[in-house]
Amino acid sequence: MKTCFTPALMASAIALSTAATAATTVTIGTVNNGDMIRMQELSNEFEQSHPDIKLDWVVLEENVLRQRLTTDIATNGGQFDVMTIGLYETGLWGERGWLTELDNLPASYDVDDIFPSVRDGLSVHGKLYALPFYGESSMTYYRKDLFEKAGLSMPEQPTWEQMREFAKTLHKPDQEQYGICLRGKAGWGENMALVTTLANAFGARWFDESWHPEFTGPEWTKAVEFYTDLLGNYGPPGASSNGFNENLALFNSGKCAMWVDATVAGSFVTDESQSKVSNDVGFALAPKEVTEKGAGWLWSWALAIPATSDSKDAAREFVTWATSKEYAGLVEQKFGITAIPPGTRLSTYRNDAYMNAAAFAKTTLESLKRANPNDPTLKPVPYSGIQLVSIPEFQSIATQVGKLISGALSGNMPVAQALKSAQSVSEREMKRAHYIK
Amino acid sequence: MSITSLQAGVNTASDMATGSAGPKLQKRRRSRVGLAMVSPSVLALLVWMAVPLAMTIYFSLIRYNLLYPGDNEFVGLENFYYFLTDEGFVAGAFNTLWLVLSVLAISVVAGVLIAVLVDTPFFGRGIVRVMLISPFFIMPTVSALVWKNLLLHPVSGVLAAVWRFFGATPIDWFTDYPLQAIILIVSWQWIPFAVLILMTAMQSLDQEQKDAARLDGAGPIAIFWHITLPHLARPIAVVIMIETIFLLSIFAEIFTTTGGGPGYETTNLAFLIYSQALLQFDVGMASAGGLIAVVIANIAAFMLVRMIGKNLTDKA
Amino acid sequence: MLSLKQTRHLRTVLIGSLAWLVALAIFFPIFWMLLTSFKTEIDAFTSPPQLFFAPTLENYIHIDERSDYFHYAWNSVVVSFGSTFIGMLLAVPAAYSMAFFETKRTKNTLLWMLSTKMLPPVGVLVPIYLLFKDFGLLDTKLGLVIIYTLINLPIMVWMVYTYFKEIPKDILEAARLDGATPGQEIYRVLLPIAKGGLASTILLSLILSWNEAFWSLNLTASGAAPLTALVASYSSPEGLFWAKLSAVSTLACAPILIFGWLSQKQLVRGLSFGAVK
Repeated sequence: MKTCFTPALMASAIALSTAATAATTVTIGTVNNGDMIRMQELSNEFEQSHPDIKLDWVVLEENVLRQRLTTDIATNGGQFDVMTIGLYETGLWGERGWLTELDNLPASYDVDDIFPSVRDGLSVHGKLYALPFYGESSMTYYRKDLFEKAGLSMPEQPTWEQMREFAKTLHKPDQEQYGICLRGKAGWGENMALVTTLANAFGARWFDESWHPEFTGPEWTKAVEFYTDLLGNYGPPGASSNGFNENLALFNSGKCAMWVDATVAGSFVTDESQSKVSNDVGFALAPKEVTEKGAGWLWSWALAIPATSDSKDAAREFVTWATSKEYAGLVEQKFGITAIPPGTRLSTYRNDAYMNAAAFAKTTLESLKRANPNDPTLKPVPYSGIQLVSIPEFQSIATQVGKLISGALSGNMPVAQALKSAQSVSEREMKRAHYIK
Repeated sequence: MSITSLQAGVNTASDMATGSAGPKLQKRRRSRVGLAMVSPSVLALLVWMAVPLAMTIYFSLIRYNLLYPGDNEFVGLENFYYFLTDEGFVAGAFNTLWLVLSVLAISVVAGVLIAVLVDTPFFGRGIVRVMLISPFFIMPTVSALVWKNLLLHPVSGVLAAVWRFFGATPIDWFTDYPLQAIILIVSWQWIPFAVLILMTAMQSLDQEQKDAARLDGAGPIAIFWHITLPHLARPIAVVIMIETIFLLSIFAEIFTTTGGGPGYETTNLAFLIYSQALLQFDVGMASAGGLIAVVIANIAAFMLVRMIGKNLTDKA
Repeated sequence: MLSLKQTRHLRTVLIGSLAWLVALAIFFPIFWMLLTSFKTEIDAFTSPPQLFFAPTLENYIHIDERSDYFHYAWNSVVVSFGSTFIGMLLAVPAAYSMAFFETKRTKNTLLWMLSTKMLPPVGVLVPIYLLFKDFGLLDTKLGLVIIYTLINLPIMVWMVYTYFKEIPKDILEAARLDGATPGQEIYRVLLPIAKGGLASTILLSLILSWNEAFWSLNLTASGAAPLTALVASYSSPEGLFWAKLSAVSTLACAPILIFGWLSQKQLVRGLSFGAVK
């Protein structure tokens, strides 16, 4: 039963081996975001130029993929030759020696062309463990038409306080037009990404220098009170279960006057095949408040080769191809210039054709330049990462804190109580992991 | 649970011991054959149960995080302590119970009513039956996504449009009634299962008995109460048993809709294990949580079996 | 005053319309999913939702271009039929022996079998993954067949046991007097009588294996991935996907749904608990 497919596979392997010696199969685990789907669609091009390499794809939803890859790499499962991982995993796994170092890259690859902040994020102790496929920060999207009608104007980088004033003016629930859309669904990669950047702007931090959480401090209290007030009063109904997608759908159907989220959304909201407001979107930096530090996040999806891979050379061929300038050219040819994976290479942003075609590119570039994961907050912190904390326990802690904050947002617990619980939850976890006593 | 049902359970066990009559020799031969036939299943399940269980028990006693390889000291009951004293534990246990009981009640009541409804012939009964059981064939993740985004969404969902059509404010399901929304989705998936089993059971209901009762002047309600319902007792027991097992570990529906929030309102034990342990790859904690869930599930199952098991295993 | 015939007719009409109403309500989400699969992504989230729109096949074309549907479907078929077949091979003799050779331990064995289902998958992922790695079962259809067989076995034993309990013992005694061996007893006497019950057990096991989405996602890569993995590759937290997801879900559920519909008659007969008395 198990071998039903083997004959077919063997037949194709034999057919290939007549052309070259044995074809190496590279199994790639990747997320199903738009840019990766395009990469999968271009894999024919790679196989044509590398006849001795065959690509096998495992495309999964982000959360499922993360769990799948972590299980595999931590148990030496060896199922994958190329893994699509984020900034967060690269740091942790690189440190454990689970990834293959990517050194001696060819000169044509031009590794210095990669955004320094992204490259730093993917390196551990100066060694590069993954190549960035695309990168993102966060920024403010707003409806130019609505702003104009109301006689408002958006500064280059608004403050959160200004955002509240705008939201108040533009919030017209009876016309299904909501002042502001923000993430509310519980999850470390959902509401906590936004809430952490908002808290950063209010001068808060996850942990003090000796790893004590600070949720009951004045900064977090003020930030979360502001967030629940803003989104609760001037947001859409159901905000506490809206993630990136739900907000994208709302914004694209013209229900949101403003939205603060990932810079990759820039190409979605301006794409007229999926957005009703494609011509009316304006862009600004992510809002600041008492500080600009950590106001916009930094994330990158990158390709890495696990140490357990048995075809590292072929995997390396693929990884360097998919993150090269040549690949960007291929995407431009096939899918149009705005589809070039954003946020990884400086050369993309020096290309006038790209800057003119992609209205969001200028703000994306500025946001990425300002994001610095090694100096993310007003007060000093012992960790790196803007909307995340680079320790293995973070996913779990932030997921639990995320639930509490969504509880405060939906009004089923007061802010003070949610933060008190958040404090005790994170203290417990940090104690358990022996960071604090 | 009543004392009588407890006694009934004990009696059943002793009844079984006496077994059927027959010559001693033949009985021994037959019991050997019986043993031979039951053993493959038992053996397979024993291995399936024993090996992971042994590993789970072992892991639950050590510090074992996949992300900290090599650091595997013995920690005793620390993992259990942390899992049991988690803030979400009480809420999680309560939500698990509430979810199981509500869905059981809804699906059994709706199942009985629908089964009775489609028992009399009418135009297009075949199509109606097929439509009634269809949701059971849909993958849980898909039904959760469809319900959340296409039906229940307070802005663009179908229900919101219906509400607005009648001039009402759409209900914000996942904010105001998160657990109820999940119960709704899960019930939708499991009502068809109950309908399927009960509907077929209805066909074997003795028509003459019903007619006789009617001639005696019994109304439809009395017939339902005294004839139909007792007849359905055994299939209802089967529905409850099988559904309970699946409902105790509901996960996909919660993960895709609410992520366990807001607050702890939709966190059940399966989700708690996920967020406490699997997310940070703390295998020790996941194992401890798994074992605690097994204990709770077995207590629930034990009580359930005591209550309804008689229906299921005894010959009517 | 209405005549008896008229009242009866009126009652049928009333019951019929009520039943239709309930059925339409329960079926509505599936209908809506099907409808959405023919919309463009923009139409899919338009508010208020549209019942009438210009249908498009673009979602199905996109899926056809991007993924090899039949590869996944074939894996699903092999895995669910394979595990159901092996499961029945194990469950029928076990249920037979428990139903007709009851001992003191029977009831406890039955209960214990059910309790093996109580260990939540999220709690045992890592132990199972390690075992699979050591036995070379990762990303194989055989591995999934083994897992599904074991997961569904308790339920199959329970159901078959219940059907067997319905069969009068005299029939078996008669066969035995004719000199039938236990094997012949099962094959010639029991199986034909319990045919319907077995059919429904088989269908239940098929549905459960077909829709299982935890092990199938976590234990496979590209080789053995079934339709659940295909669905998971279309539900993204980034980007709009309702229409495509609806299309891929329709494709994923269609085979088992059609199979279920076709076997519905058999099933309705089979699930008649207490039918044979």
